[in-house]
Amino acid sequence: MADGTGDEQADDAAAPGDEAREALAAELSELLGDAVVESHVEAGQNLWLRIDIEQWHGAMSALRDAGFAYFGFLSAIDWTDAPERRYEDTEFDAAGVGEEDDEASSATAEETVRRGGGETRFQLLAQLHSPARHAAVLIKADVPEADGAPASVPSIIDIFSGADWHEREAHEMFGLVFDGHPNLEHIYLPTEFEGHPLRKDFPLLARAVKPWPGVVDIEEIPPELEAQLEAEVMAEFEASGAGA
Amino acid sequence: MSPPPTASALREQQAYVAAQAADARVNVELDTGDMTLNIGPQHPATHGTLRIACQLDGEQVISAEPLMGYMHRGYEKLCEVRTYPQCTTLINRIDWLGSFANEVPFILAAEQLMGVEAPPRAQWIRTILFELSRIANVSLFLGDMGVQVGALTPVFFAFRDRERVLNQIEEVTGGRFHPNFDRIGGLKDDIPRGWIAETHAVMAKMRGFCDEMEDLLMGNEIFQTRCRSVGVIPGDVALSYGLSGANLRASGVDWDLRRDANPGLAWDQVDWRVWTHPDGDSFARYWVRLQETREATKIVDQLLDGIPSGPIMAKVPRIIKVPAGEAYVSTENPLGEMGYYVVSKGGLGPFRVKIRTPSFSNISVVPWVMRGTYVPDIITILGSLYFILGDIDR
Repeated sequence: MADGTGDEQADDAAAPGDEAREALAAELSELLGDAVVESHVEAGQNLWLRIDIEQWHGAMSALRDAGFAYFGFLSAIDWTDAPERRYEDTEFDAAGVGEEDDEASSATAEETVRRGGGETRFQLLAQLHSPARHAAVLIKADVPEADGAPASVPSIIDIFSGADWHEREAHEMFGLVFDGHPNLEHIYLPTEFEGHPLRKDFPLLARAVKPWPGVVDIEEIPPELEAQLEAEVMAEFEASGAGA
Repeated sequence: MSPPPTASALREQQAYVAAQAADARVNVELDTGDMTLNIGPQHPATHGTLRIACQLDGEQVISAEPLMGYMHRGYEKLCEVRTYPQCTTLINRIDWLGSFANEVPFILAAEQLMGVEAPPRAQWIRTILFELSRIANVSLFLGDMGVQVGALTPVFFAFRDRERVLNQIEEVTGGRFHPNFDRIGGLKDDIPRGWIAETHAVMAKMRGFCDEMEDLLMGNEIFQTRCRSVGVIPGDVALSYGLSGANLRASGVDWDLRRDANPGLAWDQVDWRVWTHPDGDSFARYWVRLQETREATKIVDQLLDGIPSGPIMAKVPRIIKVPAGEAYVSTENPLGEMGYYVVSKGGLGPFRVKIRTPSFSNISVVPWVMRGTYVPDIITILGSLYFILGDIDR
């Protein structure tokens, strides 16, 4: 149905499975040299590069010059567990909620969660596209901590103008400090707001004082009824011919 | 469609003149410098509550700084304390004019982590509803842009015809604005009987609507004068600011995630094209969106004729537990690239969700593009960039 060019483009889009992304990872690792700490390819999904934080600015600049000139986003991840995260707590898991209580997923080691590895509490996360190569790369960097606060990170506004607001958001939400940013002020929150809401130790008060009704709904279904429901769903599914 | 090759140069010139005017205090005897004009938070052009603090010299803008946060709801934090199916309820409310399209990338990200793939029929219906959301969303822009330049009729036509599309979405999902219909592994329900023929008829009507807009607005001399060479964004600036969607394509960059990074939906099964415009001005943004709405009706028509048979749900556990890992999926939403970076630690809910919304990046170019423009153009440029406040503030 698609015309010639459409087919070509569709192939391009479908093809970047392993080889295309692996090749890109190798190429970028060579380009950036020792700035790349680790790279990770998830087949058919994404390519992650973990950059040495000392070389964050230089690596971003090199990537832009290599054609990754389309700025996607910049943000951060806080890897600590938070007390009010009800869906992760052991009590809830012990209640046997969930399909099969696979120890592998509930007790996953940190390193298998993190694509591209890393140990620090805060990680920078950014994405760049290359319109010419129809490719995208996710870039991470470990932000070390000094005296209980994340160390400052060089700002990349001079490379990607769009990083301005993203850095301001990361600053107010995670408390990261970007060196060289001309206007590192709150973007969403009131100026006098204290704390960094997306840090895991920032309490979500509504959730701390009142249990979420969604959990109650899930817990109330007795196991025998659940098995019955499951059987019904499976019967319907097989009857519809999907199993064939 | 031949480009005025000087569009970018013209804008630079305007900015230069503005800077000169501000520096030299040309109007010093009238003391026109340093007037602050607040636009919003309540203004029809802001689609919500956005405030823009402008520094003016006479009629010319020296600086314009958008101030947002009036509608910040903290969805990234709220998603962390919900299960995956509960998250879609929130996600519906980010870009409230194209809600179904919001759900899709999040669901796809969760599916990637789980290693689940929705059956073909579900993917096709998803794509149809996605494009219907686009038509419903962008058709409102097509009419609303008239209001920004003083033409009131088009917006009523837009509301009238958008209703037809919303009716089609409602017939399938039960919701006009917040369908909450996409599920991990497929869809909540199949399409109702007779819906395909009705939707074909609606698509024909929407093409008529596009023609109407073309006649009413695009050919209008006043509209052209107000929009041509106004708010020019060159391609490299658009890339650097992370503009996406029609705003990027109107700057001549040939980039569409539906074609360039299709995450498995049915766009590669049909014949359509990506429209770009070399000018990068307000008119180009309107023109590209109009062509895209037409193109979307064609996509829907073709998809409707080819929906494969089969189930609409893959086999997924009734209680969704997503294996540990990270995934980023973005799609070409009505407003631009919307992506979800989902981090899972193997629980019932996400550990962290980074929501990359198109309007946030699209509006970040405002301080750059407004410099040197005139006060009446602020509104047309804002209108042509087309943003939804929920999509900026999340």
